[in-house]
Amino acid sequence: MNGRAVEAAPGELLIDVAERAGTYIPRFCYHPRMEPVGVCRMCLVEVEGPRGSTLQPACYQRVNDGMVVTTDSPKAKKAQEGVLEFLLANHPLDCPVCDKGGECPLQDQTLTHGPGETRFVEEKRHFVKPIAIGPLVLLDRERCIQCARCTRFAAEVAGDTEIAFAGRGDLIEVAPSPEHPFTSVFSGNTVQICPVGALTATPYRFAARPWDLDQVESTCTQCAVGCRLAVQSSGDRLTRVVGVDSDPVNHGWLCDKGRFTLDAVDGHEGLSDPLDPRARVTSPLVRRDGALVETTWGEALARAAEVLTAAREVAGGVGLVGGAALTNESAYAWARVAREVLGTEHVDAQYGDGLDPRRVLALPGATIDDACAARVVLTLCGDPREELPVLFLRLRGALLRPGRDLVELAVGPSALHALATVSIPVRPGDAHRVVDALLDEGRAPADLALDDDARERARRLLGDGEGVVVVAGRTNLAEDPAVVERALTRLAEALPRARFLVALRRGNVRGAIDAGLAPGLRPGRVLAAGGRDTPAQLAALREGAQRAVLVLGDLVGNVLDRPGAEAALERADVVVVTGHGGATLAHADVVLPAAVQHERTGTVTNLEGRVTAVVPKVVAPGAAWPDVAIAAELARALGTDLAMDSVVDAARDYESATGYPALSALLDATSEGRVAGSPSAPVARRPLDPMAFPGIRSAEWVGLGESAGNVAELAATAAPPLAAVTLADLGPAPVPEVPGRDAYGFALRIAPRLYDHGVAVTGSPPLAALVSPAAARLHPSDLDRLGLDTGGRLLVRGAGREIELSVERDAGVPRGVLEVAFGALTDTGEGVNALGDPGAVLTQVKVEAR
Amino acid sequence: MSHLRVDLRQRAEELVALYPRPRSAMLALLHLIQEQDGYVSPEGIDEVAELTGTTPADVRGTASFYDMFHLEPVGRYVVGVCTNIACLFAGGEELLAHASRRLDCAVGSTTDDGLFTLEETECLADCGHAPCVTVNHRYVRTTTPEAFDAMIEEVRQGRRDHEIPDHGTLVRVRRNGGLRVPDEVIVAERAAAKAARARRLEGAG
Amino acid sequence: MAVLDAPRIVTSRLALEDSHTLARYLATGGYEALRKALSMHPEQVAAEVDQASLLGRGGAGFPAGRKWSMLRPSEVAYLVVNGDESEPATFKDHLLVERDPHQLVEGVIIAAYALQVNRAFIYLRGEFALGLERVQAALNEAYDHGALGRDIFGSGFSLDVVVHPGAGAYICGEETALLEGLEGKRGFPRIKPPFFPAVQGLYGEPTVVNNVETMSNLPWILLHGGAAFAALGAGRSTGTRLFALAGRVNRPGVYEVEMVKNTFRDLIYDPALGGGVPGDRPVKAFIPGGVSAPWFGPDQLDLPLGQDEVAGQGSMLGSGSVVVFDDRSCAVRAAWRITKFFSRESCGQCTPCREGSGWIERAMYRLEHGGGRVEDLDLLLDLCDNIAPGLTWPPQQTTICVLGSSIPSSVHAAIEMFKDEFLAHVEKQGCPFD
Ligand SMILES: Cc1cc2nc3c(=O)[nH]c(=O)nc-3n(C[C@H](O)[C@H](O)[C@H](O)COP(=O)(O)O)c2cc1C
Ligand code: SF4
Ligand code: FES
Repeated sequence: MNGRAVEAAPGELLIDVAERAGTYIPRFCYHPRMEPVGVCRMCLVEVEGPRGSTLQPACYQRVNDGMVVTTDSPKAKKAQEGVLEFLLANHPLDCPVCDKGGECPLQDQTLTHGPGETRFVEEKRHFVKPIAIGPLVLLDRERCIQCARCTRFAAEVAGDTEIAFAGRGDLIEVAPSPEHPFTSVFSGNTVQICPVGALTATPYRFAARPWDLDQVESTCTQCAVGCRLAVQSSGDRLTRVVGVDSDPVNHGWLCDKGRFTLDAVDGHEGLSDPLDPRARVTSPLVRRDGALVETTWGEALARAAEVLTAAREVAGGVGLVGGAALTNESAYAWARVAREVLGTEHVDAQYGDGLDPRRVLALPGATIDDACAARVVLTLCGDPREELPVLFLRLRGALLRPGRDLVELAVGPSALHALATVSIPVRPGDAHRVVDALLDEGRAPADLALDDDARERARRLLGDGEGVVVVAGRTNLAEDPAVVERALTRLAEALPRARFLVALRRGNVRGAIDAGLAPGLRPGRVLAAGGRDTPAQLAALREGAQRAVLVLGDLVGNVLDRPGAEAALERADVVVVTGHGGATLAHADVVLPAAVQHERTGTVTNLEGRVTAVVPKVVAPGAAWPDVAIAAELARALGTDLAMDSVVDAARDYESATGYPALSALLDATSEGRVAGSPSAPVARRPLDPMAFPGIRSAEWVGLGESAGNVAELAATAAPPLAAVTLADLGPAPVPEVPGRDAYGFALRIAPRLYDHGVAVTGSPPLAALVSPAAARLHPSDLDRLGLDTGGRLLVRGAGREIELSVERDAGVPRGVLEVAFGALTDTGEGVNALGDPGAVLTQVKVEAR
Repeated sequence: MSHLRVDLRQRAEELVALYPRPRSAMLALLHLIQEQDGYVSPEGIDEVAELTGTTPADVRGTASFYDMFHLEPVGRYVVGVCTNIACLFAGGEELLAHASRRLDCAVGSTTDDGLFTLEETECLADCGHAPCVTVNHRYVRTTTPEAFDAMIEEVRQGRRDHEIPDHGTLVRVRRNGGLRVPDEVIVAERAAAKAARARRLEGAG
Repeated sequence: MAVLDAPRIVTSRLALEDSHTLARYLATGGYEALRKALSMHPEQVAAEVDQASLLGRGGAGFPAGRKWSMLRPSEVAYLVVNGDESEPATFKDHLLVERDPHQLVEGVIIAAYALQVNRAFIYLRGEFALGLERVQAALNEAYDHGALGRDIFGSGFSLDVVVHPGAGAYICGEETALLEGLEGKRGFPRIKPPFFPAVQGLYGEPTVVNNVETMSNLPWILLHGGAAFAALGAGRSTGTRLFALAGRVNRPGVYEVEMVKNTFRDLIYDPALGGGVPGDRPVKAFIPGGVSAPWFGPDQLDLPLGQDEVAGQGSMLGSGSVVVFDDRSCAVRAAWRITKFFSRESCGQCTPCREGSGWIERAMYRLEHGGGRVEDLDLLLDLCDNIAPGLTWPPQQTTICVLGSSIPSSVHAAIEMFKDEFLAHVEKQGCPFD
C-alpha cells in the first residue's frame, strides 16, 4: 500500500486494513457494523489488476496476497475529490442551521479536501424540509447523500424495513410508507449513523451545538443489556445520548428508550407533586400530619433511623425491597445495611417479576457473544425486542448467519419468531411440561398439543446441549416463576453442555443479585438462609408479621398486585429512597432523594455478568445524594459505620471482600468490562470508525480519558475468587402444581413492553407519546371463534375483576391465551394488571365479546 | 380481507407460485394492483407486502423505482410521447407540445375529466415509427399531430377500447397452468433425465 | 452496394401475418431444431454454439458459447433472457418478441438443454404489453405441444419458463440489475466481482443471461450447424445481425444484414436498407451502437459492421442501433437529450452517476437553451473525466456499472467533434438550429 508492505488477513476489507496501517480513506456509505455496499464511491483507490490499475472502492474490496494499492495517487485523489464535489453539488450547505454542523463528516471532508469554491451554477434540487418520518425522526431530503446507511440499518440490522429508498436516480429519497410511519424502537440509530444532517432526532433538534457539548462514556441502565453509550450535556442539561461501539455488547446500537429518556433525568420544571412519576424528588421529605413535607437530611435520616430501629427490635420486623436499577456499589452498600445494620435477610431487588436469583446464578452462564456463536439458540423468554432490545439485534444478526438454528419455545409474539427453525407454542403453566416432553422419549401429553415433527426436530437440534445456548427469562408476569425455573433446571440437567443467558430485564438486576440484594444470597454470590422475597414481604406486612420496609425505587408501579402492595404499605412504616416521584410515595413516612442514571458513579453488571462503569454527566438536582452516601449515612444514623464514604470505598470493599470486579471495572471506565467470575481479561478497545460515532471528538478514539475524574489514579486490588453457586447446592426445583384448565376460558399472559408506564417513559414526553393503549391480543383462530377482529371489544374477567378491552389479532399468541401488556391502562384509566391473580400458578380469564 | 378482487387475488397467488421466492412476483403483482385500482394504491401496497413477505415501505420503495408504476391516481388513459434521440430527430418534442395543447394538460398531469394523463417518456423501442406514442402501453403509431388528434378522438369515444385496455399491462397475459415445480421434483427429474439420456445415446451410438 | 444474399436467420417469418402462432411456426420448420438438439449430448449442443462464435447481441458482445462454459457447476442454475430492450433507438428485440415469439422460445429451450438448467425466465420490458401477451401465448402453446414442461418430446428433459414483466427502468437491462428486478427488488446493479451472474446470479445461484436476439439465433444454428453460421461474417463477428436504424434516414427500421460484409454506408444508403438521408443531406455524424457509444463522423461511414472493427476505432457496435445525424441535427441538443436520458435512468446508487448525470444534463440544457458560457466546455469535460477517468474507450469506471461510464460518451464526442457548434450556442445564447 502506497509502496509499503502491510500485513492483513485474507478477505479483510481494504478500508479497514488501510486504517490499521494509519491511512484513513475517506468514506460515507461504509459502516463497520453493516455489510459494505460500495455505493457512495468516496473511498475509491487505485488497485493494480491484470489489466492495469483500476479505481476500486476500498470499502468493498477484499485484500489478497500481493495486492498493490495506491490510496494517494493523483488518479485516486481526483476521483475522491470528484465524488465530493458531486455530493456537494445539490447539497443545501445550510450548515449554520443544521444540527449536524460541527460534527458532520461531509463538512469535515469538505473542509479538508473539498474545493474552496463551487463550480455548480445550476438550480439545486429542492424538497420540503424537514418532514417527520416517524415520531422521533425528521428527514431533510435536501441534505441526504443517498448513502443508504439508514435504510440498510432498518433492513439489515433491525430487520423491520419501515424505511426504504423510494424513487430513482437523483430523486431517491428515504421514505416510510405513508400509512406506516417509522416507529421502530431502533429509529434513533439511523440518526446516529447518518453521515450528514439529513436525519435528525426530534428531541435533540436545535438543542445544542456540538462544540458546546461535553461527554462521558457510560453504560445504559434502562435494561440489562448494558449498552455502552456516550452521554452528552450542554451546561447542566443532558442533551443527547449516542451509542458507543462495544464489541461484546451493543456494536454501537441503542434502543430509543435508552437514547431518548433524558427528560426523566432532567426533570420537569414546576412539577412538585412527589406522587407524579414525571417529577424528580429533590429534597428529603417526611410525613407530617398526613402530608409529605420537605425537610433537612438530618431530620429525615433521624426519622428513618427511628422507624427502622423500632422495627428491627421485632424478629423479622424489617425488610428491604427494590434496588435493581442502582449501581453495584449502591446495591452492595444497601445489602450491607440490610444484613449488618438492620439485621435482616428479607432483602429482594426484584419486585416479584424475576426468577429465583439463586437459580439464575447456578445455571452455567453464557455471554451475549456465546449466544451469538451458538449452533443452536433455545429461547424461553419474552419478546427480546420489547424487553432487551439490543440483545434482540445481536441475536438476530447471529441467527441470520448460515448454520444457525433457533428453537423457540413460543410463549407469545416475538420479533425473533421469523428466524425460528422450530417454534413450539407454549401456554402459560406449560413450559416445564413442554420441556419434559422435548427431552423425554415417548408420547407427549395430549393436552400440550405438541407437533410431533417439531418436537423431533427440536430434540435433534438440541442434542446433548453442545453448542446450545438457552436464552431464558420470565415469560409471563401472571404465572408462577416456578414454571420457568423448573423448566430451566430440567434443561440444565438434561443438557449438561448447554449454557444459559438469563435475560432478566431490569437495568442492574444481575448486579443487585450479585451484590446480595436477594433473598438467600449474601454479597458476592454466597448462599445464605432464605429470606422473604417481595411478595412474601408484602404478605408479611399485610399480616403484621413485618413492621417496616425500606423501598429502593417505585414499588407500587412495578408489582402485579398493586392493591395488595398498597394495603401492605398502608399498614407499614415505609422509608423510600428514590430519585423519581411515583405512587409509592403516597405511603412513605420518609423519602430520601437519590441521584439517578447519568448522575452517579459506579459500576453495573449486565445480563451476562459483565461489569462496566457508569459515569456521571450532570449533577443530581437539589439535595439528592448518591445512594452509597445515603446508605452510609443511614447506617451511621442507625449506629454503624460502614466505612464507605465514597463509591470508590464501596467498590474497593466489595472487590476485596468478595472478589467481585467492581473496583477494577470502575477504574477502567472505558473498558468493555469484565465478566464477573470469569477469568477472561478485559477486552481491549478497538478504534472506532469516526463515521459510526458522530460526536464532539468524532475523529478521535472514543474513550473516557481525563473525564474519569479522581477514580482514575487508584489501583485495583488483588481480590479472592468469586464464590460460585451450583444447581447441586440448591436441590431439585419444585414442580409447580398447575390447576386444571377451564375449556371455555383463556390463560392470561402479562408481558412487559418497551414503552411502558415506568418513569423512564412517563418522564420523557417523546417516549410517553408512544405508549400503546391497553389491548387484548389473541390468536386469530380464537378471535374468529369469538367472532371478533382487530378493533373489536371484549369483556375480560379475571381475579375477580372485569375489564373491557379492544382486541388485536396476533398469530404469535398461542391458542387459548389472552395477552396484555404489563401496566397498560384502558381508556378509562383501569390497569390491566388487575386481571392477574397474584400467587396463582396461572391466571385463567373468562371473556365475552361485546 | 383481500383488497384485490377474488379473480385477481387468485391470479396474484398464481404469480407468487411461479417463482422460487415469493418476492420475485413483486413487479407482476404491482401490475395487477394497477389493473384493479388504476394506480399502486396504499391498500394494494399492503396486500403486495403480505403476498411477498415484505413491508409496505419496501413495496412502495420498489414500486417507485419503476416508471410504469403510479403511486398517485392517473387518468384512464396514460398517453406517452417519446422525445428520446430517434424521436427527437423526428419531431417528438413538437408532438409532445402539441399533445399538451390538444389535451389541455401539462406534461406529467391529468386532464380535468380524469380521462388522460400525459407523460414524456424515454425510448419505447419503436423508433421505426418515430415519434412514438403509446396509450396504456399500446403502440398507436400516430406520428403526426393530425393522426394524434384523430386517435384521441377515437379513444375518447371508446372506439379503441378493444386494442387499448385499461391499466395493467398483464390484463391479457394468461398463463395455462405450469405452476412452480418444487426443487425436489427438479432434482429427481434431472437424475432420471441424465440416466435416460445415457441409455438413449448409448442405444443410438 | 450492400451484400444482401445472406440467409435470413432470425427474420425469416417476420413478414407473415400470423408469424406469432404455433401453427405458422410449425409450418415453417419450427421446433425441428429443438428435436435435433434433444437428440444430441448437451455438450454437443453447446459446442455447436461455441463454434458458431455467436457474439451476444445485448450490447457487450461476449461470445455466448464462452459465457455458457463459465457457468459455475451447481445443482440449481438458471437461464435468464434479457428482453428489457431500453437502449434508446434500439428496437430489434421488440420485433422478435411480437412477431416470432416461438423462435425465441425454441432458442430458450435449446439453451436450457445445453446448459442443463430446468428453469428459465424471460424478462421483457413492461412496456411490451403485446410482446408479453405473445410470448406468454407462445409458451402456453409450447407447453401444450410438449415442447415445454415435463419430459420434453419424450427426451426426459424438463423445463419451465416464466415471463417476467419489467416496469419501466432502463437500468434493468444491465444484467445484474435485471436479476434484482427478477428478485422483485429495486433495479440496483450488483458489484462485479463478486456478482458475476455465471458465479452468483439469480438467488445467488449460477445464471446465464442472454439477449433475446442471441437466443433467437439458436434454432438456425442448431439446424444448420455452428460452422454454417461461422461461415457468415468474418473474424469474430459471425452470422447476421439485426441493426436498428433510426434518425435522419428515409427508411428507419430493423434490418438483418451479414456482419462485416457490409458497412455503415451500406446500412444507411442502400435502397433496400436505410435508403439514404431525407433531402439527400449530408451525414454529419452517427451513433454506431446505442447512445452509450461514442459517436462517429462521416469518415467512419465505410467502416465494416463488425464488432472488432468498430471497437478498433474507439466506439462499439453495442446494441446494434444506429442513429444518423444530418447537417441540420443539433449536436448539443442530441447530447443534452442523451444525458437527460441517463440522468433520468441512473439507478442512483453511485454518486458520480447520480449527481454527475444531473449536473451535466443541466449544464447542457443551459447551453442549448441560452445561458451557456465558454468555460462550460472545460467544466463539462472535467465532469466527464470525474465520471470516467481519462475519457478513454473502453471507459474507466468510478461506478458500479457501466451506465455511469457511458454518460460521458456523447458529451465528450459532441465537444470533441463539434466544438464550434458549442461556441455558436454560447455566442447566440441559444440554439443556432432553431
Ligand atoms: C446500462 C445497461 C443497459 C443494458 N440494457 C440491455 C438491454 O436492454 N438488453 C440487453 O439484452 N442487454 C442489455 N445490456 C447488456 C446486458 O448487461 C448483458 O450484457 C446482456 O444482456 C447479455 O446478453 P448477450 O450476451 O446475449 O448480449 C445492458 C447493459 C448495460 C450496462
Ligand atoms: S453507475 Fe449509475 S446506474 Fe450504474 S450502478 Fe451506479 S448509479 Fe446505478
Ligand atoms: S463506496 Fe466505499 S465508503 Fe462508500
